[in-house]
Amino acid sequence: MEYLLEALHVTKVFGTLKANDDVTLKVKPGEIHAFLGENGAGKSTLVKMIYGALQPTSGEFRWMGKPVTIPSPAAARKLGIGMVFQHFSLFDALTVAENIALAMPGAFDMKKLSERITRVSRDYGLPLAPTAVVADLSVGERQRIEIVRCLLQEPKLLIMDEPTAVLTPQEADQLFVTLARLAGEGCAVIYISHRLEEVKRLCHNVTILRHGKVVANVDPEKETAASLARLMVGGDIHVVKSAREDQRGATRLKLDHLRLPADGPFAVELRNVSLDVKAGEVVAIAGVAGNGQSELFDAVSGERSLASAAMLVIDGKPMGHDGVNKRRNVGAAFVPEERLGHGAVPGFTLSQNVVLTRHSSDEALVKSGMVSSGGAAGVSQRVIKDFDVRKGKPDPEARSLSGGNLQKFVVGRELDRKPGVLVINQPTWGVDAGAAATVRQAIVDLARQGSAVLVISQDLDEIFEIADRIAVISRGQLSEAYPASELSSEKIGLLMAGAHELKETPHAARA
Amino acid sequence: MNDQLLSVILTIITASTPLLLAAIGELVVERSGVLNLGVEGMMAVGAVSGFGAALLTGNTYVGVLAALVAGALLSLLFGFLTLTMVSNQVATGLALTLLGLGTAGLMGESFVGQPGVHLERLHVPGLSDIPFIGPILFGQDLMVYLSFAIVAGVSYLLFRSKAGLIIRAVGDSHQSAHALGYSVVGVRYLCVMFGGACSGLAGGYLSLAYTPQWVENMTAGRGWIALALVVFSSWLPWRIVVGAYLFGTITVMGFSLQAYGIGIPSQLLSALPYLVTILVLVLISRNRALIRANTPACLGQPFVPDR
Amino acid sequence: MRLVLEKRAEASGRMAILSPIVAILLTLVTGGIIFALRGLNPFSALYVFFVEPLTTSWSIEQLIVKAAPLAMIGAGLAVSYMANVWNIGAEGQLTAGAILGSAIPVFFPDFQSPLTLVLMLSLGVIGGMAWAAIPAFLKNRFGTNEILTSLMLVYVIQLVLDWLVRGPWRDPKGYNFPKTIAFTDWQLLPQFQLIPPSIGPIYVNLGAIFAVVAVLALAFMMGRTLKGYELRVQGIAPRAGRFSGFSREKTVWFCFLLSGGLAGLAGICEVMSTVGQLQPGISPGYGFTAIIVAFLGRLNPIGALVAAFALAISYLGGESAQVALGISDKTARVFQGILLFYILACDSLILYRLKFIGRTPKLAEVKA
Repeated sequence: MEYLLEALHVTKVFGTLKANDDVTLKVKPGEIHAFLGENGAGKSTLVKMIYGALQPTSGEFRWMGKPVTIPSPAAARKLGIGMVFQHFSLFDALTVAENIALAMPGAFDMKKLSERITRVSRDYGLPLAPTAVVADLSVGERQRIEIVRCLLQEPKLLIMDEPTAVLTPQEADQLFVTLARLAGEGCAVIYISHRLEEVKRLCHNVTILRHGKVVANVDPEKETAASLARLMVGGDIHVVKSAREDQRGATRLKLDHLRLPADGPFAVELRNVSLDVKAGEVVAIAGVAGNGQSELFDAVSGERSLASAAMLVIDGKPMGHDGVNKRRNVGAAFVPEERLGHGAVPGFTLSQNVVLTRHSSDEALVKSGMVSSGGAAGVSQRVIKDFDVRKGKPDPEARSLSGGNLQKFVVGRELDRKPGVLVINQPTWGVDAGAAATVRQAIVDLARQGSAVLVISQDLDEIFEIADRIAVISRGQLSEAYPASELSSEKIGLLMAGAHELKETPHAARA
Repeated sequence: MNDQLLSVILTIITASTPLLLAAIGELVVERSGVLNLGVEGMMAVGAVSGFGAALLTGNTYVGVLAALVAGALLSLLFGFLTLTMVSNQVATGLALTLLGLGTAGLMGESFVGQPGVHLERLHVPGLSDIPFIGPILFGQDLMVYLSFAIVAGVSYLLFRSKAGLIIRAVGDSHQSAHALGYSVVGVRYLCVMFGGACSGLAGGYLSLAYTPQWVENMTAGRGWIALALVVFSSWLPWRIVVGAYLFGTITVMGFSLQAYGIGIPSQLLSALPYLVTILVLVLISRNRALIRANTPACLGQPFVPDR
Repeated sequence: MRLVLEKRAEASGRMAILSPIVAILLTLVTGGIIFALRGLNPFSALYVFFVEPLTTSWSIEQLIVKAAPLAMIGAGLAVSYMANVWNIGAEGQLTAGAILGSAIPVFFPDFQSPLTLVLMLSLGVIGGMAWAAIPAFLKNRFGTNEILTSLMLVYVIQLVLDWLVRGPWRDPKGYNFPKTIAFTDWQLLPQFQLIPPSIGPIYVNLGAIFAVVAVLALAFMMGRTLKGYELRVQGIAPRAGRFSGFSREKTVWFCFLLSGGLAGLAGICEVMSTVGQLQPGISPGYGFTAIIVAFLGRLNPIGALVAAFALAISYLGGESAQVALGISDKTARVFQGILLFYILACDSLILYRLKFIGRTPKLAEVKA
């Protein structure tokens, strides 16, 4: 048996979309095999078929040389295929042991299972307490549950979908050690990523997918990051152009010892968050998901009101007590992380969605309590044109757009107002490279025109690409904001892990 | 005095049992992430079916079985709409109530005024004859014991068995449960039918033991009170017992006070259970952290698997 | 074979219109089957039930009498449900409105002027609003589930009504019947001639006009104003509603006061016309049937008006079927329940399409 898993001419069609087109690839035992590709290149569809969550339209899989059909995840697990999802399949209200028990076949013995969890997790350097409730754990710890859940079934093949997206650099290093050890024991790993450096560092073999097709199968040691990127995108990558001169002006957005109590048992409390964002600069807040980013966004946008007005100052005006519309009316604009259901109403058309964030700031949209559909359509057309939003019909429902196009619309809707302050949470999460480049360029251009821009992002590459200064949030506390040129990934990693949290005295951001 | 106290306690048990049965069933349904507001309708159909079957066969246990089956069948309709057709659970639950009450009214037309058959109380020679506690502990009808057995069974199932773990998992995150390969819809169908069967039993108990006859609208909002009890219990089975007996006591107290002819309007005493329901809901809802931490995260959310 | 739903990329406009029609047709078919099973000719039974109410001017008058409160309450509920505010206690708010409005003739039986009419109607609205304010307050202040509280309050107010008409408000000359004195003159709604006698005289009372005005006003609000936009956003995407700066608490208040006020108006109009005095059983469940009206009208006020007529027909049909066919008038309520089920099922097809798929094998199969 030379190959553990082979995919032969696998095609998957959704309606008119070919998510995978005649994909052929081979995975050897003990090999860490990267699937590299942009968002939407078909990586996830492919692994879902390997894991039995989807069925191929045509083509076949071979497992240890024999043709197989894998009708369900349970069947995949039985074969020895484990998968760690990007969006974890965990249960917040249940304990670690219960979460793992749900994936284990056979007898139901929590006591024995708990002992095994403790042992295996310790052996692989992924310590876990079986009785801990998932809701109380960090994202990194949650990922460990997923991995241990797979390891307990002694898999022959482990699939990992963008595992480092939610980890600090240090946590990622630890994960690489674990994966290398697994590979050494003969377990194959399929490693999905779009991070070139880590693929080069970790993987033995790279299959590159583009528009659902395999475009190359290469040895990462013989490639450079740039050559991998070209293969992935199919051309040179757009580099954000920024006339980076020091033309910073007055402070336009100021967070001053901002505090916000936790909004429920699983939420994060913000403690003494202080930050200045000046005209002309992009300040980024880095951090691992779930460390208070969404709470910070709610506090800054005004979706949740603050205890004192002075905690949030926009252009010199204390606005901590004011709601989101009053903040918009003084020139602030906000783009939340979740596009559908937060930034846009899924079942509303694009022009109806224009009204969502602009009904109080645009006099042309609402006249004496009545919505002007003509006015809204005008704005919508302008945004669609300026930001190259691709769509199937003139005024489609928001839910029918692809992630990248909807994001361009949601960002464009705010930028169209030429806001003085822009706060944007995860600007390019789950967005294809083309749209991501458009959005990042627009953000930088806005700052260069004299606006203050605050970006909250988990994507360090993105942060280094666009930010002038970087602060790190961890467990609801924000570090000082450092000039981007002074920060290494290493330093950010330490801050993500909470190196700044010990300081009792709150710190104002220094420019 | 002892005799009076005994009869009051026995009445309380009879008044509490239907609430207990309906609420424990709904608890399982909600633990799986489904909100079935149709308890009142299923109870009504259970009541009329149980009464009718017992009347026609002369056997109360056939009545009990008929009530159970009727409730389960009606809940299947709810399941088809909310689980297969992914309709709004709140609206469908209301629809189930309206349909159930209407159907029960129609089915029961010929039963109005008919003398019913009373579910007999057990008699354990020796034990049932012990003064005071004998009749309470050993002289109830079968359904009373069954109601406690169901609570114990549900408690064991939910927290000690894999099946219960799966139910809680499906209620906490249907997406994750689906990703692990569990049939979210299948699990929910089973839970919904269990809830329907319990509601049916609760209705049957009303027409076979509580007031052994058929009167239209005899459920009188008990289905809704049972729904409130599930919130009151914060989705923990044994607390349902506390809640159900609290309400049973209040209901009986109302009647007893009426009997004593105290100068309070009888309507106020009749309104007591409804007012107390509101009060209890307010008290329990004030503790938002508790409610949030215990509410099944997917409660009322429709589930459609991703392609 | 298994039946599954597949999400559509966009809501289907065709199904949105077809859904209520298909639901009504399916109800008729089901009704026909039920009649056939009871040994009746399904076609003539359906004719008696659903067509005959439209054939005489008297029955059309009755239809309007029944459709008016249904439309009034249903339109208010439609707006609430659209905003995801679940007021299911309209029957109680109707009763509260009827009670408060009736205080005028009970306490001032000789107070007769146009002002009497205005006062009674206003008190009716206020009574409905006040009763609806309780669940709204509890919801906002304590997070109490409004479905359960609004429903519990139905039972409470009905007992209050019972107590009043048997106790303090009972007509002393009423031979101990549980009712107040009969209302007269300005304590009753004026009637208007809708269609002249040459065609077949049809009279309507002021309540019908209120219903039409309320429906049109709410339709305008939902379709054209920012308030309507706000309510719709809150219903479909609450998080986006908050992002838009809309207050959930205000929406809860607004919806309860609006739907409660309309239910109260419907209640006082009932006692000021059809009933003519305060007594138990002033409504044949209009407040609950209006829930069906709201859904059958696809949560659209104009739709609710149309739906109100459909359900009014079932009420009248139930009455005439009882006389003509000897079947119970409770059949109507079963039909209403079935109709609501069908409409909910059909509504799913607006967002999803039905698909039959073959059975999938359960375990990994190694092919030979």
